[in-house]
Amino acid sequence: MAIDPATPDTTGTGAIREAGGDVPAAVGPDGRPAAGIGPYRLGLRRLRRNKVALAFGALFLVIVVLCLAAPLYADHVAHTGPNDNHVTEQVTVRGEQKDVVSPAGLPIGPTWQGRFLLGADQNGRDLAVRLLYGGRNSLQVGFVATLITMVLATIVGICAGYFRGAVDGVLARILDLIWAYPVVLLGIALGTSLALGGITIGPLELSGNSLYVPAAIIGIVYIPYVAKPIRGQVLGLREKEFVDAARVQGASSLHIMSREILPNVASTLIVFLPLMVANAILLEAALSYLGAGIQPPNPSWGTMISDGIRLIPSAIHLTFVPGAMLVLAVLGINVFGDGVRDALDPRARVRISAAREEKISDEAMEATVEH
Amino acid sequence: MTPAMSDAERLLDVDDLRVSFRTEEGVVHAVDGVSFHVDRGEVLAIVGESGSGKTVTGMSLMGLNRSPNATFRGRATLKGRELLSASDAELRRVRGGEIAMIFQDPMTALNPVQRIGDQIVEQIRAHEPLSKAQALDRSVELMERVGVPRAAERLRSYPHEFSGGMRQRVMIAMALSCSPELLIADEPTTALDVTIQAQILRELDQLRRETQAGVILVTHDLGVVAEIADRIAVMYGGRIVEQGTLDELFYDPQHPYTWGLLGSITRVDRDRPGRLPAIAGLPPSLLAPPSGCHFRPRCPHEFDKCVQRPELEVRDPAQPDHCDRCWLAVEDKRRLRVVDGEIGLAAKQGKVVA
Amino acid sequence: MARFVVRRLLSMVLVLFAISILTFLIFQAIPNGDPAVRMAGRLATPEQIAQIRQSWGFDDPIWQQYLTTMGKIFSGDVVSYTQQLNVLDQIKQALPATLSLSIGAGIIWLFFGVLFGLISAIKAGRFTDRALTVLALVGVSTPVFLLGAVALYFLAFKLTIFPNGGYVPLTDDPVDWLYHLILPWCVLSVLFIGVYSRVLRSNVLDTMSEDYVRTARAKGISERRVMVRHVLRNSMIPIISLWSLDFAAVIGGGAILTESVFNLQGVGQYAADSIQQLDVPPVLVVVMLGAFAVVILSALTDVIFAFLDPRIRLTG
Repeated sequence: MAIDPATPDTTGTGAIREAGGDVPAAVGPDGRPAAGIGPYRLGLRRLRRNKVALAFGALFLVIVVLCLAAPLYADHVAHTGPNDNHVTEQVTVRGEQKDVVSPAGLPIGPTWQGRFLLGADQNGRDLAVRLLYGGRNSLQVGFVATLITMVLATIVGICAGYFRGAVDGVLARILDLIWAYPVVLLGIALGTSLALGGITIGPLELSGNSLYVPAAIIGIVYIPYVAKPIRGQVLGLREKEFVDAARVQGASSLHIMSREILPNVASTLIVFLPLMVANAILLEAALSYLGAGIQPPNPSWGTMISDGIRLIPSAIHLTFVPGAMLVLAVLGINVFGDGVRDALDPRARVRISAAREEKISDEAMEATVEH
Repeated sequence: MTPAMSDAERLLDVDDLRVSFRTEEGVVHAVDGVSFHVDRGEVLAIVGESGSGKTVTGMSLMGLNRSPNATFRGRATLKGRELLSASDAELRRVRGGEIAMIFQDPMTALNPVQRIGDQIVEQIRAHEPLSKAQALDRSVELMERVGVPRAAERLRSYPHEFSGGMRQRVMIAMALSCSPELLIADEPTTALDVTIQAQILRELDQLRRETQAGVILVTHDLGVVAEIADRIAVMYGGRIVEQGTLDELFYDPQHPYTWGLLGSITRVDRDRPGRLPAIAGLPPSLLAPPSGCHFRPRCPHEFDKCVQRPELEVRDPAQPDHCDRCWLAVEDKRRLRVVDGEIGLAAKQGKVVA
Repeated sequence: MARFVVRRLLSMVLVLFAISILTFLIFQAIPNGDPAVRMAGRLATPEQIAQIRQSWGFDDPIWQQYLTTMGKIFSGDVVSYTQQLNVLDQIKQALPATLSLSIGAGIIWLFFGVLFGLISAIKAGRFTDRALTVLALVGVSTPVFLLGAVALYFLAFKLTIFPNGGYVPLTDDPVDWLYHLILPWCVLSVLFIGVYSRVLRSNVLDTMSEDYVRTARAKGISERRVMVRHVLRNSMIPIISLWSLDFAAVIGGGAILTESVFNLQGVGQYAADSIQQLDVPPVLVVVMLGAFAVVILSALTDVIFAFLDPRIRLTG
């Protein structure tokens, strides 16, 4: 599930409900853990069988590689940079001389050749080159934001769940506070105020048009959506026997959190990872569209769509091209992420009633035999 | 099956029931050729640990585990009417009307957001053309009958306002609401306190005497069985491994698995050993069960013949209703089952008691 | 029950207070540079900036700045220095469009989200389910402004079935109001339908394996009744609370993208336009009021739910 940039609360809760704070270990048909196979091996096996998810994952990967190769394309195929104007120039299309931008201000459409493969924008810039460079920016913001979200959310979630008491009180309230903001509003608030002046955090100074400003904003905005379910899971885990055992053996809190608890929330983090990348890319696009994200002249899919929409209906390709690329990338990672979740969470698939019924009496049986 | 009783007495006849489920890992043979019968006013207990197929057997009779992944073979007839191949519409009349079921966990078996009264009324009106008021009146009677105080008032409560024992009473009242001829009670007391357990069992016992309904009591607890069962079928790995009357099973058990079960009952009349001797090992995987006797891998008395599949047969002509699936000779069994002066199962690796 | 309501409302007040501080910090204290310059906008003269600094008290201690800012926002005298217009008046003018959009879309997305989710769950694993899953994923992967732009291009410019954006007040012409809103409603709903159908599908599948559903089947009632009275009813409880939160978020600024694509002149678009001109005061007010609306509406939802759900009523 993707979190829509326009509607934070929804998907937050939705995603969490769906992704589940609790991804059970692989379960055999008799309700017991399948012998000899770890949950990840089993998940991988299920994922490998899900050809659709793999195909969409590959699609996303291809887009990433293409965007990384943007400079190669710019230098060797298009022979122009992402911000180079060619407003007054002409280009030869199948032996015919054409204006890159017509006297009426209309940019050329797709030429299907090396130069201006996908056409130009109103400033006479090569759309294909900008598309790839824009993709680099969008993806970079998406990945950095996700990294920020995952790392901070894991730390906050585990600390809040593990220490409980005052630590939990403070952290949980902060999470609630961010959660209470509609995602887009918080993004806008941070975006507008930071885009003007940049920000100084200790020795780290970011100027307003740095890519790390939107990345940091998006990363922070999404923290509660990951941290809350992690916290919930840790609250349950810390009562488990293996944690007690480690504590009795004199393990430090840091050791228990990193060695005993972290591996147990890892599957939840894995399920969230693709989801958060998709949402970060979407939120970046939304913020850029509103002017509170990546600042021009830096291209990004969001800013390109935003520029293109002003020229609808005369130059629809300016909207379609970056739009299609954005949707393909996000769809790719969403479908792949859906597959990952299904693979790690067998409950999401069609249920086998017998397994469940027997599992109930299983627990009852163990309870009576053990005591 | 030998028709020992007249058709008027015979309520349910199950013949070679086989249930399997297709799963991701392969086909699970949850029930593997089970045959038994239930007469009017009789309590048949089906006993076994988890994964033995006892719950699946009960569910199959009501078609509650029908799914695209499930396959059912064999025959199960209620008063001569086939259940396994019944259409959904036929099955609906049977469910709640002729066969009613009481589930294990009264905490989760009732809809949390519906009033108790509405849940009972729903069942009554599914089978009988009564008005809501009439159905409510009947509900009050039923609740009083199963011992719920201030019944009329409590019908307006929600399940979470009831204790576990009270909820199980509601479940029983609901099950009895259309005077079923067969009652399937799936672990009806497992989730309850010991004192409540006894009360509920006594009520079940009394009700079957009053209504002459047949009862299938599905449980893992032989202690529960001793209170009210007439006959017992012990299931293991999807098969019935021993079947007979209560006395036969308790005083002359033939299958080593039954010995193990009997050995692990808590008994008030003897000192509690430090730890109850559980049967070592795990129940068989129903994906790839062992060949021959399913209990073989856990049985301390295993010998070369056990790789062949034993049939459920009468082994002692003196007990024509008592049958089991074990290759050991009857006299060997009577000797091997005594451990420390009590019936029990020796440890697999230890020396076999001689 | 009364205790639950009081506690919920008390925590709401605390969250509102915290939100107001956070918003204040984000706008006035965290960023680099002179807050007066940011407030003034791009075309301000030094005199204007000096006047703003004095009026917002940017030279005062920070707690006093907070009080001044809150006072200005809630007394309604924040003025956009770029446009020379009172912000609260502008918001009031834009509110009917935003409400029209949110209410209509909320109904559409709830209805279709539940419908598709239910179909998907009943047909779980089969072709219909897979097709709906793919559609839902496409829905949640498409930015709403892109979808709006494409819909406008095809349905308003190429086929001219629908108007090219704009808002007509309900009181002026109800038919025209509807005509202008159909496309925005649908576009805004798509993503929510995707999310809701997936959430409901998984809720329904979870509920179907609940013991009480087995009990219901064992009663001999029709499968249809089992689905409606037992499965759907219980699966809908979380959906409804999700819906009320989303609905609040859409009113509180979540429809900003849809409004600006379709030129609906709502509150969101007002904020979007202000961002484009780097006109800070309207953004500050919209963000503050939007967040307040969300917090208040979600507290109200919790209270209403406490009345509806017997379990909360007792334990809360």
